[in-house]
Amino acid sequence: MAKISKEEVKHVAHLARLAITEEEAEKFAEQLGKITDFAEQLNELDTTNVEPTSHVLPLVNVLREDVAKEGLPLEKVMLNVKEQEEGQIKVPSIME
Amino acid sequence: MNFETVIGLEIHVELKTNSKIFSASPNHFGAEPNTNTSVIDLGYPGVLPVLNKQVVDYAIRASLALNMEIEQETKFDRKNYFYPDNPKAYQISQFDKPIGKNGWVEIEIPAKGDTPGYKKKIGITRLHMEEDAGKLTHADGYSLVDLNRQGTPLVEIVSEPDIRTPDEAYAYLEKVKSIIQYSGVSDVRMEEGSLRCDANISIRPYGQEEFGTKTELKNLNSFNFVRRGLEHEEVRQEEVLMSGGIIEQETRRFDEKTGKTILMRVKEGTDDYRYFPEPDLVRLSISDEWVERIRQSIPELPDARKARYVSELGLTDYDANVLVVNKEISDFFDATVTAGADAKLTANWLMGDVSAYLNSEQKELKDTALTPENLAGMVKLITDGTISSKIAKKVFTELVTNGGDAAKIVKEKGLVQISDPEVIRGFVTTVLDNDAKSVADFLGGNERAIKALLGQIMKASKGQANPQLTNQILMEEINKR
Repeated sequence: MAKISKEEVKHVAHLARLAITEEEAEKFAEQLGKITDFAEQLNELDTTNVEPTSHVLPLVNVLREDVAKEGLPLEKVMLNVKEQEEGQIKVPSIME
Repeated sequence: MNFETVIGLEIHVELKTNSKIFSASPNHFGAEPNTNTSVIDLGYPGVLPVLNKQVVDYAIRASLALNMEIEQETKFDRKNYFYPDNPKAYQISQFDKPIGKNGWVEIEIPAKGDTPGYKKKIGITRLHMEEDAGKLTHADGYSLVDLNRQGTPLVEIVSEPDIRTPDEAYAYLEKVKSIIQYSGVSDVRMEEGSLRCDANISIRPYGQEEFGTKTELKNLNSFNFVRRGLEHEEVRQEEVLMSGGIIEQETRRFDEKTGKTILMRVKEGTDDYRYFPEPDLVRLSISDEWVERIRQSIPELPDARKARYVSELGLTDYDANVLVVNKEISDFFDATVTAGADAKLTANWLMGDVSAYLNSEQKELKDTALTPENLAGMVKLITDGTISSKIAKKVFTELVTNGGDAAKIVKEKGLVQISDPEVIRGFVTTVLDNDAKSVADFLGGNERAIKALLGQIMKASKGQANPQLTNQILMEEINKR
């Protein structure tokens, strides 16, 4: 049984602003379900005395001093930009 | 039915660091578009953010200044959203472990007509660090993106829903702004966007425990718009409820032209941001020593300064309040008094002529030629009777536009107050001789005629006659007639 519903797939696709078809939604629901099933195996481990963590390395306080370096030259910034106007990146208008 | 308004404010403050929160790109306002960026700000694959230590120092300092506790074991989280102002498609923020929590500020609402003034504590739920996004300019059919602001360090300060009126919201904003300004972590300039405010507002029948559904107001670009937007929204919500409607949880935009709030979008829920711990940054562990070191670095804050003005300098509560609201004015006042000027007189000048000048010229003190030293020089001349307050206005105009030394200006322009009774008597008798009608009017019982005579005498002396002395001699002379 798929754990991820088609509706959930459509919702997440919408949040990522991805247009997907009905067939794709079905396909992804099945695939994502399999991925979560796979990850579920971790629940078989006994973690009773293990503190939850988001990092595997015991590092804390990696900081840098507040020293500024010149920004990238504009032509470098625009290398991967499809369309520009007066030094700004041109994007499709955003409808709220 | 009577409703009670419940307001909570979210204030974003840009920190004035040299570089950005997670990259070394310069952090300053007003550069050419897209020139203050790096591969980190542009969201290139494979790059790693590194936290700026100054941002943590400033966030601790702001938290302590707002009477908050410091969360010593803290971390960053990823807030996912898709929008072109943000090339990574997520914002690095703090979700469940903000660096500051459980703070408060005290606000003071002045009396209004018959309603007495009052003081009130407003709770602050949290203060967290995060990165700002780029800036979008919407054109016809497309938008332009400037990523200079991407990665600018921010702290977001979230109040408890303790605010009950738009006036309280205004006072709270002013207080937080002033404290942040004094703590030195931000310029808090709303016009440059270094302080921004969103407001949450709901209403509920008096006596009801449970909160009503809230709406969020955006585009509040000045303190006045915050107040006006809230004033409009509380009425709108009441009208909706009274006509049997329900309030939707939505984001509304304040329209400056009409003073109304307009629906922007129905809000996405918190879950839609899919927060999770930021894997590219390690945990922060803030020691007691670190917190103490920052505590020591906090300069005098507005409440302490106000208390000092009242107890040590003898200013009234009201005057002290007005002076401390703006740190620039208050620092200037301190320096002028240190330079030897009388405190009360200096306060009057700063709140009166100086403020009026700054308002009419749309300037700040630093853009004028006035300095604490030359203002102190002028105030001393008033105190020792060398010039009258009236003449001082001329001296002030010269000082504020061209600068210089008050005593020298007075000497060069021949503005010294005339206090020699015989010289004044000369002006008085000439005027009385020349205006027999006013003299007769006065002696006939028309007291107002004295004003006309005084005016002529002051004019004859080019405004330099000592006013008290002139008045006294005029009365002597006119009664002889």
